[in-house]
Amino acid sequence: MLLEIDDVSLLYGRIQALHGISLTVAEGEIVALIGANGAGKSTTMRAISGIRPIASGRIRFEGEDISKLRADLRVRRGLCQAPEGRGIFPGMSVLENLDMGAYTRRDRAGIAQDLSRVLDLFPRLAERSKQAGGTLSGGEQQMLAVGRALMSRPKLLLLDEPSMGLAPMLIQQIFDIIKEINEQGTTILLVEQNAQQALARAHRAYVLETGRIVKSGTGAELLHDPAVKEAYLGVA
Amino acid sequence: MTTVLERVRSGREAAGERWRGAPRWVRWALLAAVIAFFYALPNREFYQYLGPIPTPGANFTQVLFTVSIYVLLAVGLNIVVGFAGLLDLGYFGFFAVGAYTVAVLTSPSSNVKTLWPWLLVVPLAIGLTMLSGVMLGTPTLRLRGDYLAIVTLGFAEMIRIAAVSSEFLKGQRGFNQIPHPPGKYADGKPFFGVLDARPYYWLVLTLIILVVIGVRNLTHSRVGRAWISIREDEDAAQLMGVPTFKFKLWAFASGAAIAGLAGALFAGKQNFVNSQNFELLNSIIILAAVIFGGSGNIVGAIVGGGLVAYMIERFRGIELFGVELYEYRFLIFGLVLVVMMIFRPEGLIPNRRRAAEFKDRRKEVIVGE
Ligand SMILES: Nc1ncnc2c1ncn2[C@@H]1O[C@H](COP(=O)(O)OP(=O)(O)OP(=O)(O)O)[C@@H](O)[C@H]1O
Ligand SMILES: [Mg+2]
Repeated sequence: MLLEIDDVSLLYGRIQALHGISLTVAEGEIVALIGANGAGKSTTMRAISGIRPIASGRIRFEGEDISKLRADLRVRRGLCQAPEGRGIFPGMSVLENLDMGAYTRRDRAGIAQDLSRVLDLFPRLAERSKQAGGTLSGGEQQMLAVGRALMSRPKLLLLDEPSMGLAPMLIQQIFDIIKEINEQGTTILLVEQNAQQALARAHRAYVLETGRIVKSGTGAELLHDPAVKEAYLGVA
Repeated sequence: MTTVLERVRSGREAAGERWRGAPRWVRWALLAAVIAFFYALPNREFYQYLGPIPTPGANFTQVLFTVSIYVLLAVGLNIVVGFAGLLDLGYFGFFAVGAYTVAVLTSPSSNVKTLWPWLLVVPLAIGLTMLSGVMLGTPTLRLRGDYLAIVTLGFAEMIRIAAVSSEFLKGQRGFNQIPHPPGKYADGKPFFGVLDARPYYWLVLTLIILVVIGVRNLTHSRVGRAWISIREDEDAAQLMGVPTFKFKLWAFASGAAIAGLAGALFAGKQNFVNSQNFELLNSIIILAAVIFGGSGNIVGAIVGGGLVAYMIERFRGIELFGVELYEYRFLIFGLVLVVMMIFRPEGLIPNRRRAAEFKDRRKEVIVGE
């Protein structure tokens, strides 16, 4: 297993946001995490990336316990998150933002190679390479966040709602890109409101409700699960 | 209303573009001219032709020394506030640590009676301020939010109270006969004397140039990128693998070290240090000066620190309707700041990124309305 989360709880002050969740991600997979607003999806991401300390439980990455490891050291091990919403650096240009993604790396040749790969994936970013991140449109910022995370050449890419605020056509496109990134060899843990699209592309998926995992299965299984259909796919 | 604001805000962009667009040699020549101007400035033969620039109510070379110290402090605080985005409300406390380190270790009125020469103590003063910065920063910089502002405020006040009331730091009576920096003219007279403030000003000016070169190199390196990323979005910086705590501590401690250097220079010039030199207001003025000039931009910080310190002295001896303007210096300064915050919140000479960050935030405010 690339990532194993075992009975993890997390507190915001006295509010308990995660109640002992467990999930696994194997190498090469796309795993989706779906759930309603406030279910704790972003919180799970924060626990994995180390932005928020966990209260109990264990997080293992490549078999090693990283529960107490600092966030920046987790990045060095190959775990990178594209945060929800506008997690980009507003005053830096698109290129500088992408450059920050490669902050932990020193292999110039590899970085240049990944840069051209990211710009291939997102031609829009290439067109606006000199523009300040904060002046990009919401959708462009979203692409930048994904591209920037890719620049760290992660073993596991954590994507928190990459389709948020995108037009339908762009949503299609971003999911295709996610699939492509995965096929090029990056494991992905994907948080999505857009359950239909996410489940259609995920190898496996988990359903999160008020801080607890209530269901899991392959993407196809959940896509056809009556309860999931009713709650998350908007079909009765 | 908004269009007027927008026009004022975009006014500086044209000037900035012209500067960046100018050929390299033009920029170097201009820079050299500016530096030469400031080296020549304290000479009466030069400044007597400068019309209203010399201060009527105070010795101009003394004023220039004070201004230069403020500029050095502004450059240092700019690292902390401007680059790393840390709110330090007690920056003058580090200045005090530097000045008192020199006073205690060199003055005959000190209890320890080491009587060391000034030059030997300067590195100690810098080291000690840096250490106090690390001690203050280590517990607070791990936390998010306004803890640092409160702790630094408390720190500066603690130093001031210790200076006023502790027997070791001599309160109002202070330390006298603090030795000057070394150096002699050809005829054997000391270069750094009591009456002539010019050599001290030149010394500080030279150090400012060296510090600015150092800071510039830092900001163009990985360290600078890390600072900017922390300022713009600390969570995102961490998610990119930036060890945020380490870099915040670095910024905080190097800022402190520069204040310590300024304090040591001040003590070496004044010959006398007592508790009246370190009022809390000074910390606030420096911070306001950095923001006024354009925090995050080295030139902005220099202009802000210099202009604010100079204007305050310039008000001396000017009477308007029977009152000396100097009495109202802080009121005037406050008004200017308020106007600035409305028309140019990013400061006189802002950092380009900073300007974009401000626009970004304004957009959020508008969306939030
Ligand atoms: N910093 C915080 N302090 C206190 N409570 C928080 C904090 N962040 C999140 N929460 C709470 O934790 C719960 C889970 O939030 P989380 O952001 O993980 O939800 P989510 O599943 O990502 O929702 P969404 O789909 O809306 O993004 C929510 O009830 C939220 O209010
Ligand atoms: Mg969320």
